[in-house]
Amino acid sequence: MEEKSKRKGAKAMPVIKVDTELCESYANCVASADDVFDIGDEGTVVLLQPSVPESDRARVEEAVRKCPVGALRIEEE
Amino acid sequence: MTSAAVIVGASVGGVHTARALRADGYGGEVVLVGAENALPYDKPPLSKELLAGRATAEGICLLTAEQAAEADIRLALGTAAVRLDTAERRVELADGSMLPYSDLVIATGARPRPSPWGEPAGVHILRTLEDSVDLGEDLRRGGPLVVVGAGFIGAEVAATARGLGVEDVTIVDPIPVPLGKALDVECATALAELHSRHGVATRFGVGVSGIDPVGDRLAVRLTDGSELTAATVVVGIGVVPNVEWLADSGLRLDNGVVCDEYSRSVTDPHVHAVGDVARWLHPRYQQLTRVEHWTNAVDQADCVAHNIVHPDQLRAHDAVPYAWTDQYDWKVQLVGRTGADYEQIRIDNPGAADSFTTLYAGSGGEFVGAVVANWPRALITCRRTLKNPGSVGGIDEARRLVEGVRTAPKTNAGAAR
Repeated sequence: MEEKSKRKGAKAMPVIKVDTELCESYANCVASADDVFDIGDEGTVVLLQPSVPESDRARVEEAVRKCPVGALRIEEE
Repeated sequence: MTSAAVIVGASVGGVHTARALRADGYGGEVVLVGAENALPYDKPPLSKELLAGRATAEGICLLTAEQAAEADIRLALGTAAVRLDTAERRVELADGSMLPYSDLVIATGARPRPSPWGEPAGVHILRTLEDSVDLGEDLRRGGPLVVVGAGFIGAEVAATARGLGVEDVTIVDPIPVPLGKALDVECATALAELHSRHGVATRFGVGVSGIDPVGDRLAVRLTDGSELTAATVVVGIGVVPNVEWLADSGLRLDNGVVCDEYSRSVTDPHVHAVGDVARWLHPRYQQLTRVEHWTNAVDQADCVAHNIVHPDQLRAHDAVPYAWTDQYDWKVQLVGRTGADYEQIRIDNPGAADSFTTLYAGSGGEFVGAVVANWPRALITCRRTLKNPGSVGGIDEARRLVEGVRTAPKTNAGAAR
């Protein structure tokens, strides 16, 4: 999905979408970006920030790609 | 010629390298070569969700034809790479065609050790999608099932079979406490007991001497002279890296493709390796290391893609090893260095049954790794701590951190680091 996002000029910040039904608490997202993702007491992913500043985009995309069950997505607003 | 990255192997390491190359802005051609005539798929579900019928082949696809086209990744599937010529920088495929490259990524993975007792009908090994589908069909006909090898794959197959309603399941392993070295005896014993709790018989400390068809059944003969009857046998006794196609390439091979800390072949800096087939100099441990797990393949793919796009800013592959296994209702996660060779401390989660963490210490008392059972927040603490060596003094401090997890209030954005 993330390949869709061609970097063209300024627009609204992309947001992270999580599917807690799919989350298996493997925590690869937390290992990649622990300022963005956490695992809550319920054992599923918790977002510490809902949107992705452009400066952080590559790092967050990498964290999203590392989810073994595809529970994370980045969506353009 | 325009630059071209040829990636040989279309499983998780290969697919993630291709995607990461594009994410890093690689402008050349990206070709993904796969031996199987199927779209790339994910392997962890083969012993779990796919085998259980909770996932479909489409659901575990790693890269659809549309996604590949969108990312400008050329798929060359159904044709194995058979030879590498590093002098001419080209890969020969089974159909005789040649693929020139400017950078090559070897991601050919590993394959299961074959059954030393032959493979009469009903004997399975598990590596591919087809293997998983075939095994699932046999399991749905009922038992008895004998699993040879109590490693992660064998244990997961046994657990899945029970979930499918197979009544009579036995796991055989010649080691008295399987996984006792990788996990330590206490942890391994907890996992072994999990089988018994779910009605799976275990025959540990006993080997297999032969598997023979008898009528429509299989006789599994054990080294203590006893015999088990099976409808289906699964042999899961480890894997070997797929390097045979590189035999005359001149690359240094030794239990995998031997690489420097940047995951480049020590023989040729334009050849990189990722995943199960790569044996690289791990900077953290200063040891040649080969890891057969999903997360390492993905981390290594990111590193290799970065190094291809930025050869003047090489990044070492320094990821802390991480693996998981899901068996029955348990989730067990391993991070860093673990096992019987290290001093260990077990911390039980007072808030939940069957939830614990075992911390491991090196000879100087430094925190080197953890096994976490059914305790996601403790896993986060351990991974975060191990990622930043020096952030924690020793195992006693790690223990305090994990013990702090059980009383910590829910995190929020303000409290998170």
